[in-house]
Amino acid sequence: MIYADNAATTKMCPAAIQAMAACMEENYGNPSSLYAFGQQAREALEDARERIAACLGCTPREITFTSGGSEADNQAIFSAAKLGARKGKKHIISTAFEHHAVLHTLDTLKQQGFDITLLDVHENGVVTAQQVQDAIREDTCLVTVMFANNEIGTIQPIAEIGKICRERGVLFHTDAVQAVGHIPVNVAQQNIDMLSLSAHKFHGPKGIGVLYAKRGILLDSLIHGGAQERGKRAGTENLPAIVGMAAALEQAVASLDAYAAKLIPLRDRLIAGLDKIPYSELNGDRVQRLPGTVNFCFEGIEGEALLLLLDDKGVCASSGSACTSGSLDPSHVLLAIGRPHEVAHGSLRLSLDDTITQDQVDYIIQAVTEVVGYLRSISPFWRDLVNGKRPHVFAE
Amino acid sequence: MALYSEKVMDHFRNPRNVGVIENADGVGEVGNPVCGDIMKIYLKIDNDVITDVKFETFGCGSAIASSSMATEMIKGKPIAQALQITNKAVTEALDGLPAHKLHCSVLAEEAIKKALKDYYDRHGIQYDPSLFPQEEDCAHCHVE
Repeated sequence: MIYADNAATTKMCPAAIQAMAACMEENYGNPSSLYAFGQQAREALEDARERIAACLGCTPREITFTSGGSEADNQAIFSAAKLGARKGKKHIISTAFEHHAVLHTLDTLKQQGFDITLLDVHENGVVTAQQVQDAIREDTCLVTVMFANNEIGTIQPIAEIGKICRERGVLFHTDAVQAVGHIPVNVAQQNIDMLSLSAHKFHGPKGIGVLYAKRGILLDSLIHGGAQERGKRAGTENLPAIVGMAAALEQAVASLDAYAAKLIPLRDRLIAGLDKIPYSELNGDRVQRLPGTVNFCFEGIEGEALLLLLDDKGVCASSGSACTSGSLDPSHVLLAIGRPHEVAHGSLRLSLDDTITQDQVDYIIQAVTEVVGYLRSISPFWRDLVNGKRPHVFAE
Repeated sequence: MALYSEKVMDHFRNPRNVGVIENADGVGEVGNPVCGDIMKIYLKIDNDVITDVKFETFGCGSAIASSSMATEMIKGKPIAQALQITNKAVTEALDGLPAHKLHCSVLAEEAIKKALKDYYDRHGIQYDPSLFPQEEDCAHCHVE
């Protein structure tokens, strides 16, 4: 099996597994307990917090542990909205291709009377700092722009956007779930006020994440109860997951250069190979792209059928087709970069990690080429394209 | 549990009656590219009997499997019997489909009926229009 769906989730690294197993066996106390065994768990908790803060370029007290990226996104946005509303500022700027954890949260705020501006992300899937600059108003309380897109892998100009937000006195949040552990992220250098991350995207455990919030930003609790996380997130801390996350993040951040050096040439080999399939196109900018994420559209076929046949050939991948999204519309990300519905249905995301080999990349190219060719051979839509009864969207 | 039954996967992996009939006696195409599925059915009819049937499908696994199963169910059958085919029968023959995939079996039923109507129209044969209800429109796709 070739696992090429690392943007969905990753295999845990041995360092994370070992840290978790040791924690579960030897350090199962409650960090809130008074006795020494409980305080030993608290030490492990605060040690993990310090190590994670060091990886992100912030102080430990700016780290709040959450159940993952979605919770962190919700908490960041609701907190900023509450702070804004107090000052009568109810305008939020975001982009059209954010993760649903952001977009659906913004929908909720819209129902509560907030005005939401979703910036265009262009054909290349990159928003510009100038767009943010132009969209900021007197009543803007938050800009939230994802660091890297989860479907097409395009990287946004976060440091520049952050700089503009600082100059204009507007809070800046970034959903960095796809970026942390894959490309350099430093909240101080990149002018980030709030950031969400999720451990299982960088070979850590599932169900754990972080909300970084710059000192002075008052967080609003989503989960009420005990006084854990300085009263901002109730519930006994998931200590095994937290220490696993710290171990995985340290390892990922320490090997970023080697990761990019190995993966980018293989990613570009994959892109070059898939580019040879007629009437196909890469989604998103070729250069401003995560080291492991590739997303293509193929004319004349449907993505779910493509995934099922790739699965038969031992390749795990994903698609933005309606049939795989569980809804009847194709991916909002592909629509946001201007792909028409009929092409968006035929999309394929391959997301690699650095265990991938050149032979595996070549196998994927061959498998995708064969399956696309077969599905086109039984597709009346493809026949119409070939016969000129319907217009092609892409060049050959 | 897998998304699809063994039967669906069998018909998806090894679809029966795939292809085109040149000089078909009736052709029916339903769906559209915007919705993400198109089915096209070709019929050869002799003496009111469907002697051959082929299909082409653009769509997901269940769309391909539904077309394959539907063609098997009508091949060699009299027209009168083929007209009785329902999406429910196609779904049952496939040992079920997930709820959000049931429209694939609806498309299969519609494609067959549209091909039969085309046969009647081409040959000037009188028929009861109520046998051929309007196709489901694409409002269910939420296309803006």
